[in-house]
Amino acid sequence: MAIPGLSNGGGEVRTLHQFHGGVHPLINKTQSNGTPIMVVKLPSKLVIAMNQHAGNSAKPCVEVGQRVLKGQAIGLPEGRVSSAVHASTSGTVTAIDHQVVAHPSGLPDICVTIVPDGLDEWAERDGVDYQTTSHSELRHILRKAGVVGLGGAVYPSDMKLDAHKHKIKTLVLNGAECEPYITCDDLLMRERALEILRGAEILRELLQAEEVLIGIEDNKPEAIAAMRAAVAAEQHVAMEVIAVPTVYPGGGAKQLIRVLTGIEVAAGVRSTELGVQCFNVATAYCAYRAIAHGEPLLSRIVTVTGNVERPQNFEVLIGTPVNELMALAGNKSDTKGLIMGGPMMGVDLPDETVGVTKAMNCVIASSPALFPPPAPALPCIRCTRCADVCPAELQPQDLFWFAKAKNFGKAQEFHLFDCIECGACAYVCPSNIPLVQYYRFAKNEIWDRENETKAAELARERHEYRQFRIEREKQEKADRLAQKEKAAMAAKQVAAEVSAMTAGNPEASGDDTLQLRIDAAVERAKQQAAEIKPANTEQLTAAQQADIAEIEARRAKIRELAHPDAKERDE
Amino acid sequence: MITALLVMLGIAVLLGTVLGFSSIKFKVEGNPLVEKIDAVLPQTQCGQCGHPGCKPYAEAIAKGEADINQCPPGGEEGIQKLADLLGVEFKPFGEGAAPKAKSVALIDENTCIGCTLCIQACPVDAIVGAAKQMHTIIAKECTGCELCLAPCPVDCIIMMPIEGDISTWKWQYPVYQMAVVK
Amino acid sequence: MLTPPFITKPTSVSQIMLHVMLALIPAIALYVWFYGPAILISLTLASVSALATEALMLKLRNRPLAPFLKDNSALLTAWLLALSIPPLAPWWLVVVGTIFAISISKHLYGGLGNNPFNPAMIGYAALIISFPVHMTHWLTPHGLGEISLTFSDQINYIFSGLLPPNITLDAITMATPLDTLKTQLHLDHPVKEILATMPIHGRLAGQGSEMVALGFLLGGIYLLWARIITWHLPLVYLGTLFGIAEVFHLADPQHFVGPLFHLFSGAAMIGAFFILTDPVTSPTTHKGKIIFAVGAGLLTFLIRTFGGFPDGMAFATLLMNLCVPLIDAYSQPKVFGQKGKSK
Repeated sequence: MAIPGLSNGGGEVRTLHQFHGGVHPLINKTQSNGTPIMVVKLPSKLVIAMNQHAGNSAKPCVEVGQRVLKGQAIGLPEGRVSSAVHASTSGTVTAIDHQVVAHPSGLPDICVTIVPDGLDEWAERDGVDYQTTSHSELRHILRKAGVVGLGGAVYPSDMKLDAHKHKIKTLVLNGAECEPYITCDDLLMRERALEILRGAEILRELLQAEEVLIGIEDNKPEAIAAMRAAVAAEQHVAMEVIAVPTVYPGGGAKQLIRVLTGIEVAAGVRSTELGVQCFNVATAYCAYRAIAHGEPLLSRIVTVTGNVERPQNFEVLIGTPVNELMALAGNKSDTKGLIMGGPMMGVDLPDETVGVTKAMNCVIASSPALFPPPAPALPCIRCTRCADVCPAELQPQDLFWFAKAKNFGKAQEFHLFDCIECGACAYVCPSNIPLVQYYRFAKNEIWDRENETKAAELARERHEYRQFRIEREKQEKADRLAQKEKAAMAAKQVAAEVSAMTAGNPEASGDDTLQLRIDAAVERAKQQAAEIKPANTEQLTAAQQADIAEIEARRAKIRELAHPDAKERDE
Repeated sequence: MITALLVMLGIAVLLGTVLGFSSIKFKVEGNPLVEKIDAVLPQTQCGQCGHPGCKPYAEAIAKGEADINQCPPGGEEGIQKLADLLGVEFKPFGEGAAPKAKSVALIDENTCIGCTLCIQACPVDAIVGAAKQMHTIIAKECTGCELCLAPCPVDCIIMMPIEGDISTWKWQYPVYQMAVVK
Repeated sequence: MLTPPFITKPTSVSQIMLHVMLALIPAIALYVWFYGPAILISLTLASVSALATEALMLKLRNRPLAPFLKDNSALLTAWLLALSIPPLAPWWLVVVGTIFAISISKHLYGGLGNNPFNPAMIGYAALIISFPVHMTHWLTPHGLGEISLTFSDQINYIFSGLLPPNITLDAITMATPLDTLKTQLHLDHPVKEILATMPIHGRLAGQGSEMVALGFLLGGIYLLWARIITWHLPLVYLGTLFGIAEVFHLADPQHFVGPLFHLFSGAAMIGAFFILTDPVTSPTTHKGKIIFAVGAGLLTFLIRTFGGFPDGMAFATLLMNLCVPLIDAYSQPKVFGQKGKSK
């Protein structure tokens, strides 16, 4: 359904579309969007995880005890889908080991710990002019600079900038930030709009997109104004800032693309195939810094809010321990836990000493007063409020029953993998069922089973090949023995014949015996040659016959030349 | 009375003919049962079921000679799948046949004498080596069947349980509290 | 470990059920106005036995009592059942019906959310099959019958079955309009004559019952406004019933009564807004709800006109409840991004 009449401030009226469902939780952003971004000074140590992005972990390329400079790569990308990790400041590497990371499991992963030396000394860095550099070189720079999607998915941006021969009409810049409490993109757009748009130009160039649409929710009027001013100030062509209605999850890539362009990107389909690509505003900003200034991704804006004295946004170095960050914001004493992300999709942080990662857009200090524990869950009453709010237009109640019953086949039939895990369904459920947990469980189980099936297939193939190999070895051995047998038999026969001949002629000398043997052997060979019938001699085509005649003629000639007297002997 | 009986008889004969005809004409050529059973088994080729590999076990099940609860690597879920496939009752593992944690084999390189006995024993060729050369196990290919432990004359192979790490972690089945359990 | 989302909309099952019970109040008020307070006794009896049965069943099933008793679903079932049976029914009728509804049709199938059949309608069906006579003794509305009972008389009758002297049951009860219609049609009286001679006939349908039906309609509108139910089920059900009744009425006015009579008689209104819309037993998709409502409307009309019972609402509901899994499976909407494709 299209909503006519929403203006973009340029006087024109653009028709926006709607996506199905969505909820309107309390926004809770005013706590943290009143103050400018505070740049955090050097922490006591940096715990930088190697797995900060989708795809393969980075491989550490430094050693313990090594001094590193700010912006120096400490982890190199491995494989196609991977990105680099850098030292956020100059200092010494004190450890490369397993530390608890910001992951819901609470399990440790490889981290490089750097103790800053306070000098903040940069490594060599050089910007390039994006208009004169080749696209593949630009993508390579982004990969080496560790630029990943800062909207939360942390997908390596260089992989998203290869359109694979699809024509891209629209580049969507996602400034929606629909989740309650989070305001990092809001502040970034207010303070650094010019650089975001310069980054957008670079992305547009790489994608060869015709237009750039910047979607910002209408609860951020200052950000909208700042971005519009920046578009006008640097006279960006075909770039439009559009205020979209505030609804959760309007900031989901697929939802925003639908609202701005009307295109519905189905699951499993790349949006580039439909001519559109979407990046977060912070990613565009980092892309600009990486290309124009040669600065890798070393820091990000993090909103610290919730049960703290001074909720606000910080520019934090990657790897800063979260507890030091919380201390800056004034963590209150009755905080019972920390949520990484927003209240709808966030994750309970297992440990407050984990290092800030590229995915961490917000840390909410939670207390029982702020986030009361959920009421006990009741059975599903099929009220379908969840289906009414699902932005992917799924049937969450059906998915819940199938996931609960572990009926994974049916769950997939009902498009389980289209679920974006936004949590809108669980938000409205009157029975307080933790729906998203069921879907995550089901998805994990399905992937696990697929992996197991693949492994079993591989094992079966190896086993079958092994059996084939053993058979083949047996066969070869048997053949060899048979050959030997035959040769032995043949030798015996010759000896028998010779002795028979010499038995009839007792005066024959040794030489004669030898000659007799040779004659007998030649006789045998001729017989065998006569017995060998070449196959495929019937029903020859004219061409084949001509070929054969030619070959025979050649052979005869050669024989003639080789044995001029053999002819006489044969005849 | 007689007419009623005759009518019923006639209907029975007609329906029987129709059913018989359909069962021949519309017969579905599916996978033979052995292949279907083999697809469910975990392909560890460990022999714990008493048969020399998964395919022979599948054949035995299809013939009705083997029970469905003989395969520990498949776990309870595997038994459930077999029960569903064959339309029989689920049967739990017998005493001492419970599945163990997934593990891979590890050769102690200090002790290995290069005799190749373990290489010959491995059903999926997961051991690399040659006579008088060091043997080593390709961990990715090892199915944990433990067939290599017995032939080793110097007992240098041990089973290492696979520890879960962050890449193998998965969300568990949600269990939520409804009331305080007394 | 806490899991997201960490915030939820403040709704709960008990709140939803409470809204529905609130929506029943206009009808209950009109009931009391026209028939006296006997209905309140039925409601109380039903509520108490429902909660008691629910508590007993939960204990037998080893489930925690507090969350389920507080969710008001048993109360709602009790109220709907009490409103479907004659107000002057003996106490044991109400109690047996409620116990049957809660224990057998709800808990034996797995409790809240797992019952395939509407519990109130199962209770009603069990009663009408087992005790047809008691189920047809409906009170005459005030001012119509020769005598009206006082409140204490009503209580007395309900609990002891004793009427005050000189009053017989026939004097205070009367067949429902639908019942009268059916019997008279069987005797081949034309519709016009039946309606003219029916003592109970009000403006559209039975005098008291049409007002109660109006009460249900008002309650239903409240539910629509509060977004507890959607328009798909009630409007399509009433529309189907209206439509098919109109078709038959136009074809043969002497043998088929007009559509408004159908809409305001019997359980059509309570069915449309309160019984068919029970979320547990109705389809989950909007398309499915429409199919369900059309089926229920057709069946209601058929049973009323050609079937053996005066009111077909209960059995129409139960028959359509049977079809819900099939309707659900075949009415799945297309998901985001799949609309252009055939699958």
